[in-house]
Amino acid sequence: MPFNVLVLACLLYVIFLFLVAFAVERRADEGQVGWLRSPLIYTLSLSIYCTAWTFYGAVGYAARSGLEFMTIYLGPTLVFVGWWWVLRKLVRIGRVQRVTSIADLISSRYGKSPILGVIVTLMAVAASTPYIALQLQSVTLSFGVFASQTPEGWALPNRDATAIWVAGGLAVFTVLFGTRNLDANERHHGVVTAIAVEAVVKLVALLAVGVFVVWGLAGGPMGVIDKIGDSQISEWQIRPGRWAGLTFLSAAAVLCLPRMFQVLVVENSDERHLATASWAFPLYLLLMSLFVVPIAVVGLEIMPSGANPDLFVLTVPLAAEKGGLAMLAFLGGFSSATSMVIVAAIALATMVSNHIVTPLWLTLRHGGKPVSGDVRRLVLTARRLSIAGVLALGYSYYRLTGGGAALAAIGLISFAGAAQVLPAMMGGIFWRGATRTGAVAGLCLGFAVWLYTLFLPSFGPDGVMSATLLADGPGGISWLRPQALFGTAGMDPLLHALLWSLALNTGAFCIGSILTFPGPVERLQAAQFVEVYDQGAGSGGWGQSAAEAEDLLIMAQRILGDEPAQAFFQAEATAQGKAGYLPDTTPEFVDRLERRLSGSVGAATAHAMLAQIAGGAVVSVEELMAVANETAQIMEYSAQLEAKSEELSRTARALREANDKLTQLSVQKDAFLSQISHELRTPMTSIRAFSEILMDDELPGEMQVKYAGIIHAEAIRLTRLLDDLLELSVLEAGRVTLNRQSANLQTLIDRAVAASGSVAPGRSLTIQRDLPNEQVTVETDTDRLSQVFINLVSNARKYCDAERPTLRIVARPGGGRITVDFIDNGTGIAKKDQALIFEKFSRLSDQNRAGGAGLGLAICREIMANLGGTISYLPGQGGAAFRVAFPRRLPRREPARNEPADAERTAAS
Amino acid sequence: MKPARRPLFLARSSYRRRRLIDAARLLPAFGAFLLIVPVFWTPGAHTIQDTARDGLYLFGVWFLLIVLAALIARRIAVNAEVETGNTATRDQNRDGD
Repeated sequence: MPFNVLVLACLLYVIFLFLVAFAVERRADEGQVGWLRSPLIYTLSLSIYCTAWTFYGAVGYAARSGLEFMTIYLGPTLVFVGWWWVLRKLVRIGRVQRVTSIADLISSRYGKSPILGVIVTLMAVAASTPYIALQLQSVTLSFGVFASQTPEGWALPNRDATAIWVAGGLAVFTVLFGTRNLDANERHHGVVTAIAVEAVVKLVALLAVGVFVVWGLAGGPMGVIDKIGDSQISEWQIRPGRWAGLTFLSAAAVLCLPRMFQVLVVENSDERHLATASWAFPLYLLLMSLFVVPIAVVGLEIMPSGANPDLFVLTVPLAAEKGGLAMLAFLGGFSSATSMVIVAAIALATMVSNHIVTPLWLTLRHGGKPVSGDVRRLVLTARRLSIAGVLALGYSYYRLTGGGAALAAIGLISFAGAAQVLPAMMGGIFWRGATRTGAVAGLCLGFAVWLYTLFLPSFGPDGVMSATLLADGPGGISWLRPQALFGTAGMDPLLHALLWSLALNTGAFCIGSILTFPGPVERLQAAQFVEVYDQGAGSGGWGQSAAEAEDLLIMAQRILGDEPAQAFFQAEATAQGKAGYLPDTTPEFVDRLERRLSGSVGAATAHAMLAQIAGGAVVSVEELMAVANETAQIMEYSAQLEAKSEELSRTARALREANDKLTQLSVQKDAFLSQISHELRTPMTSIRAFSEILMDDELPGEMQVKYAGIIHAEAIRLTRLLDDLLELSVLEAGRVTLNRQSANLQTLIDRAVAASGSVAPGRSLTIQRDLPNEQVTVETDTDRLSQVFINLVSNARKYCDAERPTLRIVARPGGGRITVDFIDNGTGIAKKDQALIFEKFSRLSDQNRAGGAGLGLAICREIMANLGGTISYLPGQGGAAFRVAFPRRLPRREPARNEPADAERTAAS
Repeated sequence: MKPARRPLFLARSSYRRRRLIDAARLLPAFGAFLLIVPVFWTPGAHTIQDTARDGLYLFGVWFLLIVLAALIARRIAVNAEVETGNTATRDQNRDGD
């Protein structure tokens, strides 16, 4: 087949892809996305997992190592079948946080850390470089196959030149379609659809070759089984370590490879597509693997020994003189390589521009005017240059290794490098305690070990590492030999590197996370990532900023483009109920704007840019925390103040009450003084009058006796009044001597009832008692207590105004304290007077007065205070009711109370 | 996260849905077990057919996993349609039982 035809076919194929991508972009621009966002397209776009490595390399792998090639596809199968665990969460986080790449995911999770973005980007570039080289190599090899087969005898112009042409062509295609949109979240419909088409092409090509081999050359499935038994492949024995290790590695790689993350998470338009992909993608992988072994077996049989098994997919049809089939296979291989390179280049370029170029530019411009010039153009240029750079790196690696190594080996090196992100990623989405320091430590250590044990040795002895270093370790330290760390010399080099890099990586990550304390943004982001299903509100990282909406609009236009930015601002303004383009810069709005921007330039950069445009007006989370701390302090302080002022107003209220009472008392005292004067003057008047009469000598004897009697009685009344006053002052001063005695309560009440019988003997009083409850022995000054009882019973007898006065005496011995209630059925005491009845000289009315001076209840109260008890008025009993409460045993006497019993007075009233 | 909002017992449909999700979670473990089995087969007993037999077994397991995953994904999708408009519940279901 002429070389020109081959080149023409390639060109036609690429033009066809261009047209597909172009038409789809047009449709998408018109808003007709429809089937472009179907689960089928999504699943097919995932097929970039199957690169030229799968297309050519799997057969070579099978020819060398039997069924081991299946591990590369079984790992992803397990991941997809278990999509509910990891993929669902990754996709949800990617959508909520508008993640643009795997570096953005890690950076955003660990507090929008720029340094982590740089680390992951560098790792991804380093790990992808061999893989891109692999694609260039396979395309170049496939060209070479046709060149050596050609009868016209043309020679392949130059392998390196071919590789350059391929790399350049891919770069142009990728730049054209991969960097049309800035916002990665706007999704590259054109590219994705082109990739889906390529997925179909490579599947059809491989299946066609497989069907031809099985039914055309091997004589059906049974023939294939026989041939497998005969071929050298059946000598293959499963190696448990590699079997499990490679399955794990491929499972990790499908999650961590930058290009897989791109199609899996970033380009995902609907979470439900994942459900379909969970079985459809494994099915695709199965179909891709189905004919690998038959092709390898037949190839080994019919091709001359020494033929490169990596190219059996091409050489077997050619050997069978099927030029058309070989062309189809060639195109399949070509599409495998191109689709992988395109997506990988887009993913890597996004990472490089977002995490390295733009932050660098922002830092360099920091001193100058904030955000001058078109950021959009800067980012796009950075991406285009990055795409070219990535392909150039791949090409360099290809030149450096000379394209000699087997395809499978190169691919696995790349996988192991990409897998270093796994601990930080899994820890990031499942463990809130994972911190930035831990992630940095883990990533750096894992990456270093990968470089040392796998990547650098892959250049061969004396490639980058000297043979002596490989054999004896650095400085002759044997336990640091690159391929036998810590004396593990018996291991397969790949497994060795995988084990140590991931073990040390995970260890450093966990220890680092446990020992360090995350910053505020980190903790917010950790919660948002781990609890992604439960969260509603945003991170709330922005305060009500003074940033002008206009400034923000200008910046957003530079990043998003004029129309999308204006549409976004208008929608926000409408949502706030405002007309026009300028919404209020509420924290929610700024937060949404940040996410929107982060969809274009990455979380860390968007954060930095917003901070820059708004100058110091945008509140950082650290500042917010500080403000919150201050607020908490102020709130605490004001709470204290409030408590204090409440206390003050309580005191003021008490003072006011006391003052009112004092005023009342003063009025009462004045009233009493006039009353006592009257009280004292009445007997004094009669005494003086009768003694004057007595001074008249002519008075008859019996009259003398009578008048002397009157004088005597009045004198007694005066004495009693004075006695009462005296007693009260003694009691108040607490100088009274208590005479402790034991007595039965019933006896005491009996005595009181009997003694009060002499008071107002004309009035009848029915007394109801509760005898069983009165059977209590009290140990107190029983005489004083009786005095109180007598007073109360007498009062009832004197003042109860009911038609048939009844007094109920209810005793309640409870615990160490006894209460005795005296309740009559009169009208009781008005509420306003209740506070005063225990005061000295208080008498409610002058009616019914029976010689008392209004000191009785005051004396009662002082007695009870001296006995350690209380006497109080009991309202709401249907009559006057007094409650006497006292301890069963008189407490030990406290030191003499010298101050007047103000406190008790207040309490009792 | 808010225990108070999570009911202790569920209606039949929600219950089935959660068991379905359990199945989706168990499937990779089940698959991993089946895929590791060939490691323990004695090699060399029947040299002639070993590779073909292993290959058929592995492809069989692979296909079985795909079929199971398809069934589960389809049922989950159908249930999700039924519960449309109730996204909050759906989201909380992921770790509730």
